[in-house]
Amino acid sequence: MEFTDPAKRKAQVAGLALMAAMFFLPAFAPRFYVYLAALILVRGLLATSLNLVLGYGGMYQFHHTVFYGVGAYAAALMITKTVLSPWLGFLAGPLVAAALSLVMGLICVRLSKLYFGMLQISLGSLVWAIVFRWYSFTGGDDGIHNIPLPAAISSINGSYYFTLVVSLLSLAAMYLIVNSAFGRVFQAVRDNQERCETIGVPVKRQQLMGLVLAGFFGGVSGVLFVAVEGTVFPDLMFWTLSLEVIIMCLLGGWFTFLGPMLGAAIIVILRTVVGIYTEYWTFFLGVILMLIIFFLPEGVLGYFLERLGRTRPTSAVSES
Amino acid sequence: MELASHVTLAALGQQTLVGLSRTTILFIVSSGLSLILGVLRIPNVSHGSLYMIGAFITWTIASAIGGSAGFWAAMALGPLAVGLLSLAVERGLFCRLYEREHLMLLLFTFALTLVFGDMVKFVWGSDFRSLSVPHAMQGSLTVLGLPFPRYNLFLLAVGPLVAWGMWYLTNRTRIGKIARAAAVDREIVAAMGINVSWVFAFVFCIGCFLAGLGGALVAPTQNITQGMDHSLIMEAFLIVIMGGLGNIWGALLGALIFGLTDAIGILVWPQFAIVFPYVAVVIVLFFRPRGLLKSVW
Repeated sequence: MEFTDPAKRKAQVAGLALMAAMFFLPAFAPRFYVYLAALILVRGLLATSLNLVLGYGGMYQFHHTVFYGVGAYAAALMITKTVLSPWLGFLAGPLVAAALSLVMGLICVRLSKLYFGMLQISLGSLVWAIVFRWYSFTGGDDGIHNIPLPAAISSINGSYYFTLVVSLLSLAAMYLIVNSAFGRVFQAVRDNQERCETIGVPVKRQQLMGLVLAGFFGGVSGVLFVAVEGTVFPDLMFWTLSLEVIIMCLLGGWFTFLGPMLGAAIIVILRTVVGIYTEYWTFFLGVILMLIIFFLPEGVLGYFLERLGRTRPTSAVSES
Repeated sequence: MELASHVTLAALGQQTLVGLSRTTILFIVSSGLSLILGVLRIPNVSHGSLYMIGAFITWTIASAIGGSAGFWAAMALGPLAVGLLSLAVERGLFCRLYEREHLMLLLFTFALTLVFGDMVKFVWGSDFRSLSVPHAMQGSLTVLGLPFPRYNLFLLAVGPLVAWGMWYLTNRTRIGKIARAAAVDREIVAAMGINVSWVFAFVFCIGCFLAGLGGALVAPTQNITQGMDHSLIMEAFLIVIMGGLGNIWGALLGALIFGLTDAIGILVWPQFAIVFPYVAVVIVLFFRPRGLLKSVW
């Protein structure tokens, strides 16, 4: 790491200022904005967890929100159906999501690129279909509402701080993972699988580990959704949401660590702001997405990093 | 569970026929998807939207003209309109992106889905629409001692016709042969002095026409509504993957598996009927990850 790089220094200062602002947000912002910020953190964490495998692993995880949904459902079911402490539910969510990710990963990981993505999306849709129909257990298409949350996080400020702390911890953990030896090898696998195999990297095990980690953090964002909204429904794991999360990664910049978080912020804010003026907000989202694809293929953050003169991270685009 | 008690042979037969008419729709839509995927290598997510637009346009034309003439005119013009729309999109936007990565193309088509979805909401509103079939198609015929709607029998006749048409187009016509060649190696085809870009436009247009045709044909059998694109596009993708990318017969096979498991599932375990096709897909892909039939990729 070069701390002397002025662009990096500037970015660090801006990051610290933003973090401070987020900690004091409930003190000066109206409730609605606090709620919005919590939602951005939840979606941003989800997008960042997807980007672990999508951007850093080069794996087309088309149906990532299945882990978001399963994490949320696991927490909601633990809280509503058992007498155990709700906090255990919040712990169970990510673990169940990681376990599901392991099972799905074991089935999918022998394939690559589009074939991996299609098998993954069909397995994910299978999970969605079961949740959608299993009325007696998951509430079917109604979902589960009015989930009783622990007193500490039942207020909007409480759930906001809970979300903020958990997201920051998760982001830090993911940042460390990406920059660990494991993360470096993972990126090497993305850039050249054959070469990694030749030098003795267990490619499939590496990818499986990445999938489980991404599933785990997807589950974390799922339980945070429960903490913020107090409700779960099958749309949380419908494939359209998965594509929206991929868009967040792309929009922010999927070769940067914080790009997906920025993309999530843009989309959540866009939806809210455009949603105030017109019910046709997805039209605008579609148009903006097209403009991004045509003019900013590196994403918003990727574009600005490039403008700041930093060397562009190696992109997987040239590989395929 | 009260399985088996109501699963009589006759009910099974009737459900199979229902499944086969569903198969027809699924086949028509997914063969278009498969064609585009095979030749252009684009996973066209907006295919479902074009199917929905096809259904809405068909409804509009049929109600504008009225009567049985209106119905048949709509059946012909609806899909054509969808084909023209897709041609405009392809020439205007899509053809500039062919060199990009698959993921970008997929997301571009998803962006189209968002735009199309809201356009449908804007033009047709969010009410249900329903299209009634002309007099000659109303009522039922008795098949295996059980009533079977005439329109579904019509669908059963259309399916093989489309399959034959697709076969004829790709195997017996010049443009079809060029398209297949371009699917294998577009550089060589271009080197032969053929304008590959226009071949792609043609294939994209035909594929989307089939999506529109599926929408037109499905219009009388269900509510025409927002969101009918979302479930269908997922099913069509799974069918194409199951059958083998770009293989028309694979699409037929995949549609058969999907349509029949769905129909039989309703009979066996209604609550989880929706799960059966997905289980079938997972089983198929588990054993044959590249699809049942040879993929062109």
